[in-house]
Amino acid sequence: MTPTRRKPPRVGDGPIIRRVLIGATLFFGAILVLAPLIVIAVEAFSQGLKVYAATIAHPDTGHAIYLTVATALIAVPANTAFGLAAAWAITKFDFWGRRVLLVVIEIPFSISPIVAGVAYLFVYGLQGLFGPMLESADIKILFALPGIVLASMFVTAPFVARELIPLMQAQGRDLEEAATSLGASGWRIFFSVTLPNVKWALLYGVVLCNARVMGEFGAVSVVSGNIRGQTNTLPLHIELLYHDYQAAGAFAAASILATLAVVTILAKVGLERRGAGRRPALGSAAKEQNTGTRT
Amino acid sequence: MKRNVLPGLPLSLGITLFYVGLIVVLPLAALVFKAASLGPSEYWAIVSSPRAVASYRVTVLSALVATAFNLVFGLALAWVLVRYRFPGRRIVDAIVDLPFALPTAVAGIALTTLFASNGWFGTLLAPFGIKVAYTPLGIMVAMCFTSLPFIVRTVQPVLEDLDPALEEAAQSLGGSDSAIFLRVILPLLMPALLAGLSLSFARSLGEFGAIIFIAGNQPMETEITALLAFIRLEEYDYQAAAAIASVLLITAFLMLAATNLLQARALRYTARS
Repeated sequence: MTPTRRKPPRVGDGPIIRRVLIGATLFFGAILVLAPLIVIAVEAFSQGLKVYAATIAHPDTGHAIYLTVATALIAVPANTAFGLAAAWAITKFDFWGRRVLLVVIEIPFSISPIVAGVAYLFVYGLQGLFGPMLESADIKILFALPGIVLASMFVTAPFVARELIPLMQAQGRDLEEAATSLGASGWRIFFSVTLPNVKWALLYGVVLCNARVMGEFGAVSVVSGNIRGQTNTLPLHIELLYHDYQAAGAFAAASILATLAVVTILAKVGLERRGAGRRPALGSAAKEQNTGTRT
Repeated sequence: MKRNVLPGLPLSLGITLFYVGLIVVLPLAALVFKAASLGPSEYWAIVSSPRAVASYRVTVLSALVATAFNLVFGLALAWVLVRYRFPGRRIVDAIVDLPFALPTAVAGIALTTLFASNGWFGTLLAPFGIKVAYTPLGIMVAMCFTSLPFIVRTVQPVLEDLDPALEEAAQSLGGSDSAIFLRVILPLLMPALLAGLSLSFARSLGEFGAIIFIAGNQPMETEITALLAFIRLEEYDYQAAAAIASVLLITAFLMLAATNLLQARALRYTARS
C-alpha cells in the first residue's frame, strides 16, 4: 500500500457527491449572502459618484452618522463594563440564583427588537411607568438619544458577557486565588491576571456588540420617533431615504454600514485566529492545535 | 467548606444586577404589567382578532419554511466547510457570518432590490410566474438570510470534533455512505442540529428589519406579528400594541426554554463522547 492511500476515504469523499455539495452550497450561498453585498455596492454607485458623494455629505446623513457613533460610544463601553462585571461575578463566585442570572442575561438575544422597543415605551413613554414623572421634570428619554442608547443596550446586553463567561469558567479561579494569596488587590488581579487572559474574547464581544448597536433597527425605530435630522440613526435614515424613492441615496448610506459589516467580519476572523469566539465546551485544545498547524 | 478568597463580589454582582434590572427586567416587567392591565376578555379579543391571527399564521409558517430550508442548507454548508478543502473555503467560512454583521435594514433593502420584479433575481424568476418580493415568499427569503448562521455555527464545531474512528468502524462493517451518514453521523449531530434549529426559528419569529422592506405588509396576507405591534403603536393604540407584543414575548420565552433544554442536552452529549 502506498503511503498516500493509507487513509481510507471518509463518508462523502466521493468525487461526485463532493462536487455536487460544494456546487450547491456555493450556489445558494452566492444568491442568499453574496448577492446582497454586491447589490449594495452596485446600487450605491448606480447614479454615479456625484449622487453617492452628495448623499454621504448631506447634513441629514452626517447627523445620522453622528447619532449612530454617539450611541455606540455610550452603549458599547457600558455593555463592556457590564459584561466584565457579570462574568467576574458569575465565574469567580458561587451564589444563589447564578443560573437564573445567566438565563436572564441571555433573554434579549431571543426577544424581537420590536418587543424591546414597545417595552421601553411602557417605562419611559407618557403611558408608561415613569413617563408622567419625567414629563413634569422635563427630562426627555424617548424620542431622544437616551432612549436610543437604552434600547441599544437592551438588544446587545448578552454580547460581551456571553463571550467571557464560558472562557472564564474554563480558566477557573486558581490564578486569581494564587494572586490573592500573594497579596495582590482585587483591581490588580483583575488588570494583571484576568484581563490579559480574556483580552481577545473581550475584544471579540466588543466588536460584535458594536456592529449590532450601529445596525440596530427595530428597537431603535420604536423609541426614536424617526425625526429627520434629529433622532434618525443611520439604519433609520436608510429606511427614510428608501421610502422616499431615493434608492441610490439609501444604498449609499447602506454602503457605510455594509463596510462596517465587512470590517467586523475581518476583525472577527482575525480574533478567531487568536482563539476568541470558540466555546471551550465544544472543542478540545489539543484538536485546535492540530488543525492550527495543518492550515 | 472552602472559603472563597477572591474580592469583588459585591461590586461586580451589584453592577450586574443593576444593569440587568434597569435594562432588561424593568422594561419587560412594564410590558407585562401593561398587557395584564387589560382585562382577560379584552386581551383575548385583541390577540385573537382575525388580523392578529393572520399575522401569527404568516409569521409561523414563513419561519417554519425558512428554518426547514436552513436545516438542509446550513447542514450542507457546515459539512462542506468542515469535510472538504477547496479554494476560497476560508472566505466562504467568514462570509457565513454576514447575516449577523449586516444591519437588518441594509439586508432588507438589498434583498428587496434583488427580488423585486425588475431586480437581478426577480427578472429571472418572473417568466416562471414566481414572485418573491411583496409576497410571503419574500418574508421567507428574508428569514432564511437572517437566521442562516445559527445552524452552520452550532453544527460546525461538532462536525469538526467527530471521531473518524466511528466512521471507519462503520465502513469496516460494510455500511454504505448514506447508511453511515444517516445512522452514525446524523444522530451524533442531532443535539447541535436541534439547538441550532430552535435558535434559527426563534430569530425568524422575531425578525423585523429585514422583513418589512420585502414583505409588502398587506394586512391578513403579508403582515408579520412584529409589524402589527409596531402599527398599533403608530395608531396610538398602546393597549393593543402591549397585548400583541406580549404574545411575541411569551413565544420568545417558550423558545428560550426549548433552546436551553436542547443546549443542555447537546453539552451533556459532547461531554460524554
